[in-house]
Amino acid sequence: MPHSQLRIVIVGHVDHGKSTLIGRLLNDTGSLPDGKVEQVREMSRKRGMPFEWAFVMDALQAERDQGITIDTTQIHFKTAQRPYVIIDAPGHTEFLKNMVTGASQADAALLVIDADEGALEQSRRHAFLLHLLGVRQVAVVVNKMDKVEFSSRRYEQVAQEIKDYLAELGLFPKAVIPVSARNGDNIVSRSDAAEWYLGPTVIEQLDAFRPQQVSPDQPLRFPLQDVYKPDDRRILAGRIESGRLRVGDTLRFSPTGTSATVVSIEAWNHPETVLSAQAGQSIGITLDKRIFAERGHIAHHEADAPTLAHRLSVRLFWLVSEPLVVGKTYTLKIATAEHRVTVEQVTAVINVEDLSSTPGKSVHRNEVAEVVLRSRSPIALDLAADLPRTGRGALIDGNDVVGGCLVVEIEDAAASNITEVSHTVSVDERSQANGHQGGIVWLTGLSGAGKSTLAMALERALFDRGWQTFVLDGDNVRNGLNAGLGFSADDRAENIRRVAETAKLFADAGMVVIASLISPLKADRARARVIGGERFHEVHVAADLATCEDRDPKGLYKKARAGEIAEFTGISAPYEAPDQPELVIDTDTLSRSEALAQLLDYVDETLGRNSLKSGKELTYVI
Amino acid sequence: MSADLDQLENQSIYILREAYNRIDKLAMLWSIGKDSNALLWLCRKAFFGRIPFPVVQLDTAMELPEVYEFRDRITKEWDLDLKVEQCPPEAEMDQTLPPLTRAAARKTEGLKNLLRDHAYQGVMVGIRRDEQATRAKERVFSPRSLEGDWDVKDQPAEFWDHYKTRFPEGVHVRIHPLLAWTELDIWRYSQREGIPIVPLYFARDGKRYRSLGEKNITFPVDSTASTIDEIIAELQVTRVPERAGRAMDNESEDSFERLRSVGYM
Repeated sequence: MPHSQLRIVIVGHVDHGKSTLIGRLLNDTGSLPDGKVEQVREMSRKRGMPFEWAFVMDALQAERDQGITIDTTQIHFKTAQRPYVIIDAPGHTEFLKNMVTGASQADAALLVIDADEGALEQSRRHAFLLHLLGVRQVAVVVNKMDKVEFSSRRYEQVAQEIKDYLAELGLFPKAVIPVSARNGDNIVSRSDAAEWYLGPTVIEQLDAFRPQQVSPDQPLRFPLQDVYKPDDRRILAGRIESGRLRVGDTLRFSPTGTSATVVSIEAWNHPETVLSAQAGQSIGITLDKRIFAERGHIAHHEADAPTLAHRLSVRLFWLVSEPLVVGKTYTLKIATAEHRVTVEQVTAVINVEDLSSTPGKSVHRNEVAEVVLRSRSPIALDLAADLPRTGRGALIDGNDVVGGCLVVEIEDAAASNITEVSHTVSVDERSQANGHQGGIVWLTGLSGAGKSTLAMALERALFDRGWQTFVLDGDNVRNGLNAGLGFSADDRAENIRRVAETAKLFADAGMVVIASLISPLKADRARARVIGGERFHEVHVAADLATCEDRDPKGLYKKARAGEIAEFTGISAPYEAPDQPELVIDTDTLSRSEALAQLLDYVDETLGRNSLKSGKELTYVI
Repeated sequence: MSADLDQLENQSIYILREAYNRIDKLAMLWSIGKDSNALLWLCRKAFFGRIPFPVVQLDTAMELPEVYEFRDRITKEWDLDLKVEQCPPEAEMDQTLPPLTRAAARKTEGLKNLLRDHAYQGVMVGIRRDEQATRAKERVFSPRSLEGDWDVKDQPAEFWDHYKTRFPEGVHVRIHPLLAWTELDIWRYSQREGIPIVPLYFARDGKRYRSLGEKNITFPVDSTASTIDEIIAELQVTRVPERAGRAMDNESEDSFERLRSVGYM
């Protein structure tokens, strides 16, 4: 008999009989410790409850009191074929966290469905999670057949319904087994009550499952966990997630792009020299040269490299009460690498009942969704469908793991110049990282035209979309950068020059700078345009003088009319409206939100993702 | 070579390396039993011979003499950074606990003192899921409050080897690299690797210790297994639970659960 255990997860709707099935499996395979059943019977008697097989599982006091399984419990048993460990996944929605914890370790799954009730919400949710977690071997157990008098018609209905659903997820059950866990029908021994059923019993099906295996023939992925210097050796330690590695291989490390050759595979207390290692092995290697390599970097062969991406689409499950929201930044952990990622879009929240989906702004606890993430740093990864172990990850918020995800689409970062990432960062790379170009949105107009309001609203809106943005407000810069300047023509020109130069630095750094200044003179604005170059976007925030004077938010017109302010634009100094601005926003006729929408559209169109050079169409995978 | 032992070994090494990289101040608890001996061995493998953190024995002065002898020999031979933490006396324990459970609780208090005095953020513990029902519910990285409280109903999600490694102030983490191993696995691995074993595990006069604890609360069970081979053969047919010789487990229905919810290993 092989010693290796097969890990089975048992999932399904609450009260459909998962724990009963397990209690029965343990008993009928003779796997319970002596006296356990008697002990549980005695306990049930003391509590005045009828004995249930499920109680055998529910070893914890709290669980017995509450009557539902709380956490993943692992129970060992064996058949004539091999040993098993069963993970009893809780069915209660509150405990999805635990179900995910249990099911992610499983080689195969049994989905338990009540023959009378059929597949319910959680049956479907669990099936969907099996798909997400990558559990491919599934059998369905139609339980409580005694309640429907072992009707083959009822069995067919339930079986067909769940098979159709699973097929849409790409899951094809190995068997759909009619059982009565309570009475032991079709668990270990074949039931006389269902002579029409010719498929395997539960035990026969379990023995037909195969342990999950990683093929060494896939592309090599060796994510580094750590670098050790136990003596004069410098050992890069980690686990090979896929493929095979040999002494003498030239490895490339992503995302840095550096290369080196494997000199040795280090092993402690191992008399023979190790020459190769493969998927699943925790190893350490030394290299022929000292390169910058650290935790998170992935070693691979030159050919079959992982993709470097700033933008990816994932299918995720969300575990915590605080929802995932668009614009929020989380830590994405793929293999051992951690990246800060911002949620750009919730493409689809998936309804597990019928697999329909709707776009949204947030994802709530226990929901599954498709989401677009953007990272400032390049992430080395694969599609989950190609290499699951480097194509899936956990999302972390603060101290907590809050969700898990599969990579379903990747937008390839400009694949060239990978090697330069750690040395020089190009404008394109910054744009790719940010998901938008840097630029200067220069708002000019009379005092009271609404520049500051619009600037702040635009900053908020862009920020909420995850953009890098900042407002340089004419009044604010005069408190610091330009504190020494007055309002003479020269000082005004210098004021604008400095703001333009500062704005250019921000734009070079990849940000969208919103400069909000009256900047009344064409000549001053022309100089600003020279400084900003093609990234300069002049926006005339236009309003009639009368309107502005009527609004007079800072009471300045009043003072100017009273002669308290000299050279006030519009009153005692000219405002030269732009001849050919990139955009005019007429705040006389537009409401505040219309004005913002118009500006936002312009910015999105000229600086947004679609303006990026290598902004490829995403192709859908899975 | 046995593929399943390789897989368990690789997984445990992965966990040990994650813990060492992610947790700042780390120690390993060494009970000197078969499980934590195997864990020590795995640490030596994971870190290429040198264990880069201290190894702590929570000592009640109630271990059998063979245990102390073994401890001192291995510490020297393997050049371990051993720290011995003396546990507070039984009189200071929660007096509502049944008497034998109270004796076991001394280790819990010893551990709390250790954590308080040395500010360890993580401790490695060689427990296994198949030992006992409450341990079956453990996570690989299991956070605890300073008092050691374990909230079994609200544990972190743990999937695809992404463990919880960030904690607020005042929380420490128990790391359980052997959680997926079974008693049989430990013996087969000890045999394959030639890991030293305290002789008390081998039968003498028809009795052997199947689980090693303090002499006042642990008893040998009936057995004739006097070699690892015989122990492996015995385990394949036995239906006696591993901790049958641990008096405190069997003192009352919820003894072990009560111990664990306040911080027992």
